[in-house]
Amino acid sequence: MTDRSRDATFATSRRRLLRAAIAGAGVGLLAGCDRLSSSARFVGVLGVAEPLSMRVQRGLTGDRLAAEYPESMITPVFRPNGSTSPQTPEYLALKADGFRGFRLQVAGLVERPLELSLDALRSLPTRTQVTRHDCVEGWSVIGKWSGVPLSHLLDLARLKPGARYVVFHCFDDIAGDGSRYYESVDLLDAYHPQTIVAHSLNGSPVPVANGAPVRLRIERKLGYKQPKYVRLIEVVNGYGAFGGGRGGYWEDQGYDWYGGI
Amino acid sequence: MSSIPRVETDVATAGGARVDGHGEWRTVLRHRLPLRLMHWINLLCMLALLGSGLQIFNAHPALYWGPASTFDDPVFATIAAPGADGKAHGITTIADARFDTTDVLGVSKRADGMRVKRGFPEWATIPGPRSLALGRRWHFFFAWLWVINGACYLLWSLASRHLARDLAMQRRDWRSIPASIVEHLRFHHPVGDEATRYNPLQKLAYLAVIFMLAPLAVLTGLSMSPQMDSLLGWWLQLVGGRQSARTIHFVVMSLFVLFTVVHVLMVVYAGPINEMRSMISGRFRVRYPQRRGERP
Repeated sequence: MTDRSRDATFATSRRRLLRAAIAGAGVGLLAGCDRLSSSARFVGVLGVAEPLSMRVQRGLTGDRLAAEYPESMITPVFRPNGSTSPQTPEYLALKADGFRGFRLQVAGLVERPLELSLDALRSLPTRTQVTRHDCVEGWSVIGKWSGVPLSHLLDLARLKPGARYVVFHCFDDIAGDGSRYYESVDLLDAYHPQTIVAHSLNGSPVPVANGAPVRLRIERKLGYKQPKYVRLIEVVNGYGAFGGGRGGYWEDQGYDWYGGI
Repeated sequence: MSSIPRVETDVATAGGARVDGHGEWRTVLRHRLPLRLMHWINLLCMLALLGSGLQIFNAHPALYWGPASTFDDPVFATIAAPGADGKAHGITTIADARFDTTDVLGVSKRADGMRVKRGFPEWATIPGPRSLALGRRWHFFFAWLWVINGACYLLWSLASRHLARDLAMQRRDWRSIPASIVEHLRFHHPVGDEATRYNPLQKLAYLAVIFMLAPLAVLTGLSMSPQMDSLLGWWLQLVGGRQSARTIHFVVMSLFVLFTVVHVLMVVYAGPINEMRSMISGRFRVRYPQRRGERP
């Protein structure tokens, strides 16, 4: 073998080795990431970013309002997601009746529990806002919502000492296992001026796909934090006793409770 | 060349000199320890942010321009569509152009060999299997680490005068841009003191990444947050809205990838072992050519 051909063989084998090493490192890196992702401890470490984001972002934004848009910017079809046609018996019964039998309940740590029909809700002070809805998946739509500020309902019901969170119980069984969708926010978000119990979308009653008869609008949160088909608003001291204990249906699937980014 | 003064504190001679027929070889301290450390933390963060970012993109693999999504008219999208052969094809659309990107974008094989509908393929995302919840956790954790590391880098660069001495464009840098372009095109290897400094094109690339791409990545990322938008409304108006911010975030990612590819190619071209060593132990070998008539 001449020197040159030996060099060439050496160079090719070295190149092959280098290529294999790079590919191996790449595959190893990704496999490592997947193994880390299935370690509860590591995922817990990643989770330290959530309270950090929540504190810093809330500190920076205070009680500022989410952007409101002119009506000309309303998206033609307000894209629904998650449950779009609940099939639970109690919901189907109410829907068949045009939601005439619907009563929104406010209960828990309150002095005066409430039961409000749609007509009663419509006769209360109303806030109308054209806002952007951001889905955790990445897309956005703009719609005009009208409803009763949640702060007004909570003031009517008068919070008892120890009240810290508001849990929303819904009609839909998104998991399909007999459970019901639920969500929770703390009083800071519950009392935000743009947090409303919406009964109308773009000037008409909220369509079934978008949460009829009433849904929450919590404008500085992602979509999953703004429950549809709300049945009961429960004021509590902690949310650990509900569902999987993490404060919401999607939170129980590993999503963050903050839901603000 | 000897007329340019050497900055002693910046490139201190870390080892002895050796002389051979090509000139005198000196080992110098090319990068200081804090810089080396921050460089590798930065790489770790960028890889994690890239993979988890693509995972998040896969949850809705389409980009739009404006405040809201125009679902029928995306700027960029990866979709699955039946081809002439009756099988699902991965199609990537950029404005009105359509490309068949089967096996990479739109439709790709899973680890178990199954062809599935996916934006980016499993080998490009963290984690591999589809999980928006986990992708978000990775992304926000490494976003914080990246921002903190970046802030440390900026403070250190100011305090140590790394920014002023090594990175800032001097008047002679601006003047020598054409010469530097020619040198790059001729694959000229710098020697002597010149090899221990960043060339003007290199400086411009680093400055653009540090002061344009990185802040853009942070701002467009933060302005996808409905909470932060109550503060960043002015910024969203400036860039055209939340969906524009998401699109720009994606473009910035692509530019980071482009920068990294060129960066690695330059390392390979300039001498991968010497360059890697200078970013691991800090030691860098520089050749000082013998001038004619000078005795070794």
